[in-house]
This record gives sequence, C-alpha cells and structure tokens, in this order.
Amino acid sequence: MSTYALTDSTTMLRRNLRRMRRNPGLTLFVAGIPLVLLLLFVYVFGGTLGAGLPGATGSDRGAYADYLAPGMLLFTVVGGAQLTAIGVAVDMTEGIIARFKTMAVWRGSVLAGHVISNMIQTLVAVLLVLAVAIAIGFSPNASALDWLAAAGLMTFLTLALTWLSVALGLVAKSVESASNLPMFLMLLPFLGSGFVPTDAMPAGLSWFAEHQPFTPINETLRGLLTGTHIGSDGIVALAWCAVITVGSYVWSLRLYARGPRSL
Amino acid sequence: MILVGGLRKSFGDHLVLDGIGFRVEEGSVFALLGPNGSGKTTTVHILSTLLAADAGDIRIDGHDLATDPDGVRRVIGVTGQFSAIDGLLSGRENLMLMADLHHLARPQGQARAQELLEQFDLVDAADKPAVTYSGGMKRRLDLAMTLVGSPRVIFLDEPTTGLDPRSRRTMWEVIRALAAGGVTIFLTTQYLDEADELADRIAVLDHGTIVASGTPEELKRRLHDGHITLRFADARSFAAAGALLDVRGADEEALTLQVPSDGTVPTLRTVLSQLAEHAIELDDLSIHTPDLDDVFFAVTGNNHR
Repeated sequence: MSTYALTDSTTMLRRNLRRMRRNPGLTLFVAGIPLVLLLLFVYVFGGTLGAGLPGATGSDRGAYADYLAPGMLLFTVVGGAQLTAIGVAVDMTEGIIARFKTMAVWRGSVLAGHVISNMIQTLVAVLLVLAVAIAIGFSPNASALDWLAAAGLMTFLTLALTWLSVALGLVAKSVESASNLPMFLMLLPFLGSGFVPTDAMPAGLSWFAEHQPFTPINETLRGLLTGTHIGSDGIVALAWCAVITVGSYVWSLRLYARGPRSL
Repeated sequence: MILVGGLRKSFGDHLVLDGIGFRVEEGSVFALLGPNGSGKTTTVHILSTLLAADAGDIRIDGHDLATDPDGVRRVIGVTGQFSAIDGLLSGRENLMLMADLHHLARPQGQARAQELLEQFDLVDAADKPAVTYSGGMKRRLDLAMTLVGSPRVIFLDEPTTGLDPRSRRTMWEVIRALAAGGVTIFLTTQYLDEADELADRIAVLDHGTIVASGTPEELKRRLHDGHITLRFADARSFAAAGALLDVRGADEEALTLQVPSDGTVPTLRTVLSQLAEHAIELDDLSIHTPDLDDVFFAVTGNNHR
C-alpha cells in the first residue's frame, strides 16, 4: 500500500503548489499581516515599548525591534497555519477528495500534499518577514550554526502547527469555522513573551504566559538569533513541537478516514 | 461483475439499507432507481469504498470489499453526484493528475489525457481552469477523469441530474459505448426514462429494501397497467359503451371510459368493431402503455399522479 507513498504525495504536492500559484494572493496574505504588525509595533509602539525593556535607557526603537522580531516570525507561522486550515477545509468540500478516496492512492498523500505545500508557503513568508525586520533595524548576532539551528526550529514549529491546522481544517464543519478555529493560536504569541516580557503581566497571566508552548519556542529563537540565555527552553520548545506534531498527525489521519460528510 | 448480498447500513438509529442484494453481470448496465433518501447514494458510497457497511458480502470484479478494498479501488471508477474535479486546475491538468495517481508513465499519461479530451469534446477548453466550464462540460470532464485508469467497473451516481437534454443524450451515448466495450456499469437515477433507455436490469429501492427488480420489460409487464381511453361525443354513447365493454374506469363528466388493453392493433380493432356494430359514436381514443413511471409509483406506493 505504501509502495507509492512518495510518488502519490509528490503528485498531491504538485497539485497543491499549482493551486497556490493560481492563487498567489494567499501567500502574500500570510506575510502581509505580520508585516503590518511588525511595522506597527516597531514604529508606532516601539519607541515607548522599548523604554520598558529591562536595561533600557530611554526610548529605544532598535532594541524593541530586536526584542520583537523573533515573536513576529512565530506569528507568521501561526498566520500560515490559519491559511492551512482554511485551505484544507475548502479542499474537503470539493468532490475531488471523495474521488481520491475511491482510488488506490496512498491514504496519507492528500494531507501530506497540504502539509508540505503549506510549509513551503509559510517558510517563504517567514523569510520575507525576517528580511523586512532586518531592514528596519533588527540586528541578529547569530553564528552560522545558530542560524541553522534557528532555521531547524522554525521548520519544526511550522511542521507542528501545519499538522495541527490540517486537523482543525478537517474537524471544522464549514470553511468559516475553519478560519475561526485557529484564532486561539493567533492570540498565543501575544499572551507570551513575543511582544513584551512576561514579568510585567499580572500573576495569573504571567504564569500562563510562561507555561504555554510559544514562550519557550520564542525564547529559544530569541537566544539563537540575538544571543540571550536559552537554558532549558530549548528542550521544552522541541518537546512541544514533537508533541503537537505527533498528536495532530494521528488526529488528522483519523479525521480524514471518516466517511463522506454529506449523506 | 458486482455481487452484493445482505448489505445493511444504518446511521445511528436510522436504518438506511435493510439487507439488499443484487448481481450485475460483466459488461451490463444496472440501474438502481429510487426516490430521494431511499439509500441509493449510500449504496454507491459503500460499493465505492467510501463508507463501511454494517454487514453484507460485496465482491467487485472478484475482489472482496471487506478484505481487499485497495483491490476494489484498482478496478473501479466513480463519478458522484457532485463534480469531483479540481476547479483551479485546467481540464488537461485534472486528467494528468489522474494519470499520475494511476502511476502511468508521463508520455502514456499525456496520450491518455489527449485521447479523452478529444473523446469528450473538451479540446478547445483543455487548458482553461475547470471552474470556468459549463455544467455539461464539468460532468464530461468528471467522467473522463473516471476513465483515465480504464476501470472495469464504473459507478455513476445520478450522472445526468441537472444536465440539459443535449448533454444528457451525449452522456447516454458514452455510457452505452462503455458497456459495449465490456465495462460493468452501476448507475443510480431518479429518471425512469434514463433507466429504461440504458439499463439491462433495474432494481427499485425504497426505504432501504429492493421492492422490485428485473429487466425494464419484466417490470412493465408485471404491472398490467395498459389501457385505452375512449372519449364519447354524448352521454347516450357513453352509457351504451359502458354497458357493452369490460370497463375498468369511467369518468362521467368527461365522458371517458378506460378499457384494459395491451395497446396492440388486433385488440384495438376488436374494441372499435364492437363499438361500430352497436353504432356508438367515438370521439377520441388514446393508448396508454405502462412506462417505468407506473412501475415506480406502483412499487414505491407513492401514488402522486
């Protein structure tokens, strides 16, 4: 059965990439929102927020750009995840998915095609956001090895969130709810260390912020790119990514195996 | 060949298929008729491996569906009620996608795609996105995609619903040609004329059971519903004929009588000469031979006519 796993997944990937090329607005949308937020936070709030960073002396927009950039990269991945959920939900409403299920193709190939094409789309958007961040004052001091590790972490996170959003796209009853379900993911970077340090938050929120997955991932990325202390965050970040990936993968395959929706 | 026995399926408390069985010979066309909600689509979903049955033996071209679903998938093609095409891809790309999934070599796939585009009159629109196609073109592309892998058994779920008369004719021709080429065809339809036109055997499904089956002729014969309707010029002739003939139904206001008849010329002549002998003036005569509509309404107990 899995003798054609790779061939079939490649065929499906080609289908998804072709669909993306026909609809380039979506890829721009993935990068668009984080770019707007990036400019907004650095230029509008950055002067003031930078002053509140530990060790800051007066208004420091550049320091805030350094602080914000890793979080914006994570936020880009989350935005990509939302589009994945929408894309999967839209695809599931198309009759062609039922056709695939009646053919002797590898069962996982449809989802694999979605995951890989969306990962490519998201990672392209991440590079775009990174380039703009550097252009407006983000100054990473990472070594080649740090960059490689950062790229690896971003890819792993993208894999995890893409599988999660595939599951959300499958579980959604409609395209509308598929676009709403990943909203909680959008909030998580804000309720963590992405935009401001967690110490300044009220006690309960600060506890949540420190224990939710995005904070260790954010701190690890920040450490790799700007040299802050990583400590145990690295392991915790990888563990979160692994748990989300495996859990969502199993959940997605189970959802996909369900019968046709309209009966 | 399709062999089905004791097929049962329920969704929660709702029993959809209550132990149906039938046999479809290789290269023949089998039509499953039934009103909306009778379980036709569920049957197609189960036979095409989309849904698991609760019970029943199903063998398709020698493959046991329960133990070898992939074997079944390799020999079947399915065209469902809703178009199973990728709207963002062109017609040719859709066909190539199928060729790739059937693991055809590239040149072989391209040749097959071109052949089908020509056969289904889609050459002019081959490189336009399928979302721009008309309903008839979408349905043709859909069926063409089903045929890329040269399936031995084809399931067509209401293949002509929503098509204009011309597209419908084209679809019928395609289906006949496929059957002539030895492909086994299982189709569902709400159109009785379609079943009459295409099917070698028909089964009528109602509330999850097969209430009648046979060739279209057998089903029609079973009904004994043939009659002629006689209309008379005045009440006197109407009354006289009523006394003379073996009448099955009468309408005093319209001055019409219904007389059982198979509609053949000798029986008509008998009735007419009887009337002539008694000098009864006949205004109008019409022949009613039973069609599948009659069968359908009779066996599904749905006398809305």
